[in-house]
Order: sequence, then C-alpha cells, then structure tokens
Amino acid sequence: MSASIEMPVVKDFEDGLHPIYLDYSATTPVDPRVAAKMIPYLTEHFGNPASRSHPYGWTAEKAVENAREEVAKLVGADPREIVWTSGATESNNLAIKGAANFYSGKGKHIITITTEHKAVIDPVRELERQGFTATYLDPEPNGLVDLEKFKAAIRPDTVLASVMFVNNEIGVIQDITAIGNICRENGVIFHVDAAQATGKVHIDLEKLPVDLMSFSAHKTYGPKGVGALYVRRKPRIRIEAQMHGGGHERGMRSGTLATHQIVGMGEAFRIAREEMDEENIRIRRLRDKLLHGLQSIEEVYVNGDLEHRVPHNLNISFNYVEGESLIMAVKGIAVSSGSACTSASLEPSYVLRALGRSDELAHSSIRFSIGRFTTDEDVEYTIKLMKSKIDKLRELSPLWEMFKDGIDLSKVQWASH
Amino acid sequence: MPSIYLDHNATTALDSRVLDVMLPWMRAQSGNPTSRHIFGRSARDAIEHARTQVAEACGAYASQVVFTATGTEANNFAVKGIAASKPDMQILYSAIEHPCVSRPAIALQRTGYAAHEITVNHHGTVNIEQVKLALAQPTSLVSVMLANNETGVIQDIATIAEMARNAGAYMHTDAVQGLGKLPLSFTDLNVHAMTVSSHKIHGPQGAAALILDKRVDIQPLLHGGGQEKGLRSGTENVAAIVGFGMACELAIANLRNFASHTQTLREQFEHGLKSLNATIFSKQVARLPNTSFFATEGIEGETLVMALDRKGFAVASGSACSSDSTEPSHVLLAMGVAPDLARGAVRISFGAHNTTQQVADLLATLKHEISRLKQLTSIAA
Repeated sequence: MSASIEMPVVKDFEDGLHPIYLDYSATTPVDPRVAAKMIPYLTEHFGNPASRSHPYGWTAEKAVENAREEVAKLVGADPREIVWTSGATESNNLAIKGAANFYSGKGKHIITITTEHKAVIDPVRELERQGFTATYLDPEPNGLVDLEKFKAAIRPDTVLASVMFVNNEIGVIQDITAIGNICRENGVIFHVDAAQATGKVHIDLEKLPVDLMSFSAHKTYGPKGVGALYVRRKPRIRIEAQMHGGGHERGMRSGTLATHQIVGMGEAFRIAREEMDEENIRIRRLRDKLLHGLQSIEEVYVNGDLEHRVPHNLNISFNYVEGESLIMAVKGIAVSSGSACTSASLEPSYVLRALGRSDELAHSSIRFSIGRFTTDEDVEYTIKLMKSKIDKLRELSPLWEMFKDGIDLSKVQWASH
Repeated sequence: MPSIYLDHNATTALDSRVLDVMLPWMRAQSGNPTSRHIFGRSARDAIEHARTQVAEACGAYASQVVFTATGTEANNFAVKGIAASKPDMQILYSAIEHPCVSRPAIALQRTGYAAHEITVNHHGTVNIEQVKLALAQPTSLVSVMLANNETGVIQDIATIAEMARNAGAYMHTDAVQGLGKLPLSFTDLNVHAMTVSSHKIHGPQGAAALILDKRVDIQPLLHGGGQEKGLRSGTENVAAIVGFGMACELAIANLRNFASHTQTLREQFEHGLKSLNATIFSKQVARLPNTSFFATEGIEGETLVMALDRKGFAVASGSACSSDSTEPSHVLLAMGVAPDLARGAVRISFGAHNTTQQVADLLATLKHEISRLKQLTSIAA
C-alpha cells in the first residue's frame, strides 16, 4: 500500500467514536482510488453499455471491457472467460446450477465440502430438491480437505465438485491444484469459490485445473453489488443461464451491467495485482503480532491450519468465555463470530463444528480479519482490549473457577433440572 | 459526446442529489449489512430507509420490497420463482414483454412447463379477450408489462389482474418504465408482483426491486446467505440501494412536472413529424408521456440513429438490449406492423432536462437527414 492512501473516513457515529474495523472478511472498505475511478461513470459517463447507437453506450462498453481485462489479469484468465455478475453469491449460483443443469445428462452427483459458504451449500441443496444427489465432505480438523477422502467420494455419476479456495471463517487455503487434478482425472467439472482469495493468494487459471471460479469485488476493496464468474474456454465449459433476457454476457447472464461497479471491480483487482505481495507481508506481520499477543492469554485455540492460511485471518476460540457476552464485551472492535451471513442466528458456526470443535469452543470464537487499513495501533489496542475483557468475563465464570481448581470439566456429572 | 440525450427509456443520468447520498457508502468505511457491529447496523439502517422510500414510490409497504441487482433479475425471479411453485400450470405473458420476461418463460418451456404468449392488437394493447380464454386452463402466472419500453403503451393491468385473480393465478407486471413516469400503486394495480428499477429514474445501475405480496408462493433465484428474508441471497449493494431510495423520492416529487413537461415536448415533436411523413406508432392509445416511436418508410432505423448521433442526438432504434441485432422490433411485429416499416423504427424518449429548443433542433436535423438519406437510397436504387 502506498503511504498516501489512508483509511477512508468512517461514517459519523453519534459519540464521535467508532470501533476498530477488523472484519475485512465480511466486507472491505472501497479503496479511495477505486471510488475515484467509479465516480465519473456515475456522472458524465452514464450510458448503458448495451446501447450500440451512441457514444454514451460506447464509452460505457469500453470501460466494462477494460475492467474485464483487469479482472482476467489478476487471475491469469482470458478476458473472454470472465462473466460479470452481481456478486459471488450469484456467481456461485450460476456456476453450480448452471453447470449441473447443463451436464445433468452425464450424471447427477455433486461433491462439496461442509465448510463451504452458504452460497455454495444452498444451491447444492436446491439441486438435491430437483433430483440431484450430493456428498458433503467434512474437512480434517485443521480445515483442509483430505485428498484421499475426496478421491473416494467420486462416483461414476459425479458431474460437479465445488471447493472454496480460501475459507471465509478460518482463512485456510485448500490445495486447489491437487483437488482439480483429481477432478480432471475423473472427468468431473470443478468449481472454486474464490471470493476470499483474490488479492490474498496468487491465482493463475492458465495453470490451475479449474473450470469455473467465482469472484467478488467487495472482499477486495471494490464495491458491493458486483462479482464475476470465470468460465473456462479451453476445454470449453458450458453453463445454463440462470437469468434470461437481453442476452448480455454472451447469453450467460442477462441484465444491464452496472458500469461504475464493474469499473470499480477492475480497479480494485488492478490494485490487488500490483500491491498484494507487499501488502501480504505487512498484513502477515500484523497478524503475527496479533496472534502473539492473544496467545499470552490462557486457554486460547486457533481454529484452522496456521500454515495453509491467508495472513488476513485469525479465528480464535477463547475457552471458558460465553460467545455472546464476549461479542458484547468487545464493542471497541468490529469483529465477527461465525460468518456475517449467519451471524443473525445464535447457532455456533457450522464451519467450526465441521472441524470437530465442541459447541462451547465454537461459541466462544472470534474471527479477526485484518486488511489494507489496519495499523499497528489497531492491533495493539485489540490485544489490550481482549486481555482485559477476557479476564473480566472469566472472573464471572464458574467454569473458569472450576478449571483453575483443576477440575476436569469433561468428567463432571451435571445435575439435570 | 453528443450534447443532447434523448434515450431516457434505456438509462438515465444519475441525479447529483442521488450521488450525494451514495458517496458516503462508497468512500467511507461501511460494513456488511448482515454484520451485527455498528458498521453493519448502520448499513442495515440505510437499506431499510431506502426500502421505505421505494415502497412509497410504488404505493406498497416496505415489507413488500425485495431488492435485486437488476430489473432483469427481478423479472426472472418473478417468472421462474412463481412458476416453480406450481409446475403443472401454464404461464401467460404478452407478446410485447421485454426479453427478460419472455425468455425466462421460454426457458421454462424447454424444461417442460407450459408457457403461452398473449397477442396485442395493432395499437399494441394486450387482447383482453384472449387473456380470458387462456385463463380457462390452470394458470400459475400472468405477466403483462405496465408500459412498453418501445411504444410507451400503457396496459390496463388492474383489469387483467382481476381476471387472473378470479382464475386463481398470480399477476406480475414489469413496471420498470412506469416508475417515475406514471403514478404507480402496487395496491391499486392489484398485482401480486411488480418489477421496478433504479437506473431508469436517475438512480444508479445495480439496484432494482420486486414488489411482492408476501402471500405469494415463490422460489428464490439466488440461494445462499438468506438476505432479503431468504428471497434473495447475496450481500446487499448498499450504495446502489441507498441511491435507488433517493431516486424514488425525487421521482415522486417530480412526477407531475415530468409528465406535463415531457408530454409538451412530445406533442411538439410529433406535430413536427407530420410534415416528415413519418408513421407514429400507438398514437391512438394511452402512452407514457415521454415516449415517441416512429418510422420513416424506406429508411433503416439503425441508419437514421447513426446519422442523428453524428449530429449530436442520442436516440435509439429499439430497446438497447436488442440493438445488437438487426431484427426488426418484436413489439412492432407483434402489432402487425410490416417488417419493412418496423425496420425503420426510431425511439425518442424525453427526460426532465430536455428543452423545446432541443426538440426544434432535433426536428430540423431529422428533416435534413431524412431527405439526405432518401436521396442516397434513390441513387442506390
């Protein structure tokens, strides 16, 4: 990140104070350079890119195609392999339902992982209602897929597999090359949700054995409301359109393109391509500092593999602390427990449970996600805050007292009421 | 850049007041509306405020507004979502629907659903008698657009909705061209579902909505995080939704002015067209006040559009989405217009900022270009 780029000004809060934002995996602020690039396409260049009869339309179309090149460049694709969508949810729906429906003649079995985002799980469930069958593989306790187990799940009628690149809750990076090779060997179409991967890991679709890949702008400092789906040309992958209409995006996705948002995604992905190496070094240093600081607290557990993991994510369970009260207590930082999309419910994270974490540990977890505008001071404040709040909460906890007294809680016979 | 924009049915320039309310959501730190911290909650509040603004403009309750990314998505959602809940029944749609209603219906046909087209008369008005006859068969959905994007013809949606209801069918209307140009009431139209879009009313691209009676049995198009009460998954486009809300508020405030102003411009324009021997489509029936669709015998619409563009007027030959193809307008063909005349069609759609001087300039240019092109064709022939 260049030194001149500062954290965008936070929206006014009543008391003039605002929490420190450590929820970059839920959404990232729009980089000021991205916003600057978008605004002219909201004002003077407002044409409909499908309007072929006047320059308003041409200007918009040119901007859309430039952005398509930028997105393609970040991931080593041909611009013609990039289809615009309204976001990663739509990309995942289009990839999974579109490919499954198109190739249903080849078989009706789908493989995915229990730790996938809901935007993958739910379309697969929908396909099950339509007569497909699905295998939901549990990852290993470190969050990674066991290749042998994956191979064993493939059946003669397996048509599609969907495995995410980087997990949104625990940040682990799957071995996409190895999983893709297994898919290739077995003639299975391979979809990858890379919403959390862009700008964090190198993606080269020229080499990766992947057929379909979903992207989002707002996880990589672009605007909300735009995403893309990579659809491989060689060998050509076909998908059935999920939205029909004017035949935009070569018939794969109809609907007027939001030019300013696409321009924003292009710029965000350009910045990611140029700055990710340097940025990741900085973020890893901050993450290690945060991890080191938090590990000075007793009874903390890192969820997910630490080695095969993006530096941006730290998911930690604080044992003997109740999850909800923990979130209430750390108001000074904006973090999430479980993924944002399911945080409206009080159920423990299904991702952590899939790793075999107990309900108690899953409940007491916090996802810290670090990003472009996180500072050393933010991390230092967070460590201090966590230490003091955890101490206070544990003082109130009878379980903590029992633990300190050396009682093995797993052997306690609780009286029933 | 041409200085005179006359293609407001395709898309409109963003109102600066809309931009002002959007900018904080693009520039400043804002959260994912699903997050429970202050960043998420303030984004959620902004969306809910916009929802009331959209509801107000549509004569609906806020709880009936389901945000989508595009009008195309809202129409696909209505058609496919409702059909999916009653797979053994037919879908009816009019012959002049935008492709984002007719093509999902046709796509459903390929997967075994019954979908039938309702014809229009030579004015472009839906044949109500045919709707009545068709409704004798079990029907899940009737979809008829409120106002046509090309001709501007306004349909009697309330009457068709009444017939659909009596037959036990759901009624959907694509009101994308109606919002901001006509008084719009979801309740009065008596429909179950209604599509509206932001970028046609000086709002940003990237936001639209399906206004939906909550009793309707409908399947979502996008599955995932369960946003919009499970009806439309995907992180909300906060900035665009906030802009859409503001655009709705402004459109309602300006509605009366818009209608009288653009109608005056159109009258001036169509009066001038008389001396050019042009055919004006659907002039005898109720139309959107801002829309004029005409053709000149012997001159390709596409050619005229290009000629006007060189003179600084941005107009359209048909709907933007199909202007890739040189097929004559499916709307005009459905009205029984001869293909040769239909190929000559040009659409002018006025906006609030167009002036009588611009119309006079347009007419002068048209006159000049038509006679020039006629000369060229006579030489070629």
